[in-house]
Order: sequence, then structure tokens, then C-alpha cells
Amino acid sequence: MAAAGTQKIGPIAGLGAMAYHAIAVLGDFTLFSIQTFGWIVRRKPSRGTLLPALYLVGVRSVPVVAVTGMFIGMVMAVQMFHQFDRMGMASRLGSMINITLVRELGPVLAATMLAGRVGSAMAAELATMKVTEQVDALATLGANPIHYLVVPRLIACSVLVPLLTILADFMGIMGGALIVTRIFGVEAHFYWQHSQGYVQMYDVFSGLIKAWFFGTAIGLISCHRGLNSQPGAEGVGQASTESFVASFIAILVIDFFLGLLLINLYEVLWGGAAASLLS
Amino acid sequence: MTALDPLPSPLIQFANVGIAFGAQQVLRDITLSIPRGQTLVVIGESGCGKTVLLKLVIGLLAPSSGESTFDNRVLSQLADRELTQQRLRFGFLFQGAALFDSLTVFDNVAFGLRAKTHASHDQIAKEVRQRLGEVGLPESVEWKKPAELSGGMKKRVGLARALILQPEVMLYDEPTTGLDPIMSDVIAELIVQTRAQNPVTSVVVTHDMKLALKVADRVVMLSPLSRLADGEPQILFDGAPEELAQCEDRRVRQFVQGEAGDRLREMAG
Repeated sequence: MAAAGTQKIGPIAGLGAMAYHAIAVLGDFTLFSIQTFGWIVRRKPSRGTLLPALYLVGVRSVPVVAVTGMFIGMVMAVQMFHQFDRMGMASRLGSMINITLVRELGPVLAATMLAGRVGSAMAAELATMKVTEQVDALATLGANPIHYLVVPRLIACSVLVPLLTILADFMGIMGGALIVTRIFGVEAHFYWQHSQGYVQMYDVFSGLIKAWFFGTAIGLISCHRGLNSQPGAEGVGQASTESFVASFIAILVIDFFLGLLLINLYEVLWGGAAASLLS
Repeated sequence: MTALDPLPSPLIQFANVGIAFGAQQVLRDITLSIPRGQTLVVIGESGCGKTVLLKLVIGLLAPSSGESTFDNRVLSQLADRELTQQRLRFGFLFQGAALFDSLTVFDNVAFGLRAKTHASHDQIAKEVRQRLGEVGLPESVEWKKPAELSGGMKKRVGLARALILQPEVMLYDEPTTGLDPIMSDVIAELIVQTRAQNPVTSVVVTHDMKLALKVADRVVMLSPLSRLADGEPQILFDGAPEELAQCEDRRVRQFVQGEAGDRLREMAG
């Protein structure tokens, strides 16, 4: 027994062990996700578990998402204004800021803030519950830990990340407009007129679709990491960190593939007009 | 009842049960049978697998080898829903009480009733107050959070929570660890009282010999596998508590008397 624990392994065996571990974690995560969706379909969560999760994920994230969204819009305005002004297109800057926010930065930013603020906290909370045997206690009292702990958090993330994205988009658009019209003196009428024509409903829709996937990924990853944490304070900290890192990577990977998919979908649905999306 | 009485039908049975976590084998070839109504105390050094054994009894862990059965049902073969139903026949007092941090004492104790019955708020309140009263806690603690309670109070709330569904089997994991001698005796009295009031089968895991001798019908002593020779049984003692002191196995006597012996030298070596 002791020998097995301290046995030295070569680099090839080490690589194999790492690959095996990665596949095992992926398999476990897949099973966990299937179980979670199974519980969502089978039984709705109680108000007593859902409302606190909605409050934690949604209400308490509003100030952070609003402030960061606004400053991203303002920073974009500051960084891009002079280039656009040199080309005599300062009044068209709104179209660039708005479409970037709605399609990319809004969803990614809101999701990243949520992964850091809420995802890590959820992972740490569940990890602490596991370490202190509260998860086992739930099971002994006839409650399924996935139904009781994971489902409300997942629903809260899936529903509220798109709503927070709308907030981040709105604040970013307002922040950009404020800088361009009030600080750089571009006529507000022309700024808004040019902005209007470029952002289509499909852009808003694709941003919200991405946000839904990001929210779902954050919810699942955070809860999975939390419920599979190692014992002790170090395990709790590690679960929290792993949750953020894995969520952030997932957000970027999903963003890339969904971006491709949604652009191609647009092309299939509306033909060559996809070119305008890429313009 | 004593270990020598004719045994009623076993409620909990382990047949050659083993469990490993990765490369680390914790329990090996455990065969054990616990009849209805018996209070079994499991003693042994830290790390010998006592808590793991308790979690195997209730199906929170599945054995790597062998079979653990409860009321003639193999737990590892039960579907999730049926396993959940079976678990409701157990009450579990966890080592650190495992109270839900985000809930008040009242909500902790009421949890099982809310989850598994359709009792009205008034019925739940009455039941919760009765249970808290039984473990000697005043109504004033009802709206406190677990973080505001002392260790002894947490254990008593945990006991009230475990008892609220009137379980057939009570599992106690180190119920007196971290408590002062008086509070330890209070918990021991509560265990005795619980059995006197309800015909429960109990499994108590502890290091506390005073508690063991006070509550046990039967004592089982486990050894850590690292201290055993290959093939040597992990159960060092299985018998009535009064036989412990006369046990021929030096390791059992050493544990019961709490003597370090040459352990310090072994550890240094």
C-alpha cells in the first residue's frame, strides 16, 4: 500500500497518467452534466433554493457588471476615437463600439465577471459543504445534492448571464456615447443615427445565445469543481481557482466556436448578407 | 441485550467488504453482522476506516469489493430513488455535526420533515421544538445560525436533526470528539436515552472508551491496514464491552488503556 503511493514513474507513464486523469475528469463532468439536466427535467427546484441563487447570481452582480460594462464602452471610445477622427468618421464610431459590445465584449465580459465573482464563490461554498460533510448530510436527509445544490445554481447562471449581458451591453453603449458625444464633442444626433443602422437583431440574439452557453458552462463547471474538491482548506481554495480558470477557458472556447457557428448560420439563413456581419 | 444473547435477524450485514481510494486500501475483507436493536460501538486508531465503515452502512460510499446489505437489500445494487428511501430509515450524527451553514437551527432540524413529509408549518414547529427539547436546547436557539453555537450545541442540534424522522438506525460518528467531559457525558446520556425511547439499532464510531463502555452492547475494534501483516484480519476484537480488558491481543489492551507503548520509537524509526 505504502509502496504504491510512493512508487516512481517514468515520463511516459506520467504522461499516460495525466491523459487518463484528464479523460476521467471529462467523463465525470459529462455524467455530472447529464445528471443535472436530468434533475432539471424531472423536478423543479423549490423556491427556497432558487430565490437565494437568483439573488446571489443576479442582484448582487448588477453593480459590478454595470460598472465594468460602462468602462469598457468608455475605454473603447477613448482608444478608437482618434483613428476614426483622422478618417473623418468620428460620428460612425458608435456603430463599431456598439456592435463589438453586443456581439462579443458584452457577453464575454459579463460571463467573465460572473465566473470570477459568482463561479468561484459557488465552487468554494460547495467545496466547503463537501469538506464539512454537509453534502453527505443532505443525502442522509433524503435530498439529492445535485437537485438541491446544483440545479438552482445552474438555472440562476443560465437565466441571469443573458440578462446581465443586456445590462453590460446597455451600460457599454451608454459609456461609449457619453465619451464620444460629451468629451470628444461629436454631434449626438449623427452619432446615434449612424449607430442605429449597424446593429441588427441577429447581433443581439447571437450575443444572448452565447451568454446562455457561458452561463450554463459557469454553473456546471463551478458546481462540479466544488463537489469534487480535495479535503481541507487547500482543497477549497484549489476548487475555487480551478473553477475560475476552467470557466474562463470554456468561455473563450465556446465564444470561438459559437462565433463561427452563428456567422455561418446567418449566412445559411440570409445568404450573402453574412458579409455585412464581418464588415 | 448482550453480545452473548441469541441474535435476532441481522439488519445490517457486511460480507467481505473492502474499499480503496485510488491506491490506498482502507478496509479489507470486513465481515460483520448487526442485529436489530443492537448498539455496536466501533473503536480503533485514527485512520483505520471507522468513518468509512459508517458511510458504507448508509450507502454514502460503495464498497470496492464484497457486499453491504441493509434489511436484506444490497445497497450498491439499489437505484438512486430506492437508496434515498432506504437512507431515510437512518439518522446520522456527523463528526462536526455537518449543520447547514446557511440555515437556522430551526430550518436545520426541520429539513428532513420539509423534504419528506407534507406536515403543516405548525406540525413542523411542534416537532422541531420537541426534538430540541429532548436534546436539552431552549427555544431561544431556534433562530441562531450554526456559526453562533458552541461545539456541544452543534452536536445536539445535529442529533435533533438526525432523530426528527424517527430513524430505525442511528449512526454516530465520533459524537464526543472535541467536547469537554461533561458535554461528552451529556451526549452519551442522550444516546442511551434515544435507545430507551425508541427501539433503534445504533452504530457508534468513537475513540472515547468511556462512551464506548457506557453505550455499547457489542464492541468491534478495527486496525489500520498499515499495521497488519498480509492476510491478518482487520477486526482485532468483536465481543461484549466487558471482555475488552481481558482480551489476549496486546494491541486491543493497549488501545483500551490508552498506552503509547513503543509507538513513539516506531514512529521515530
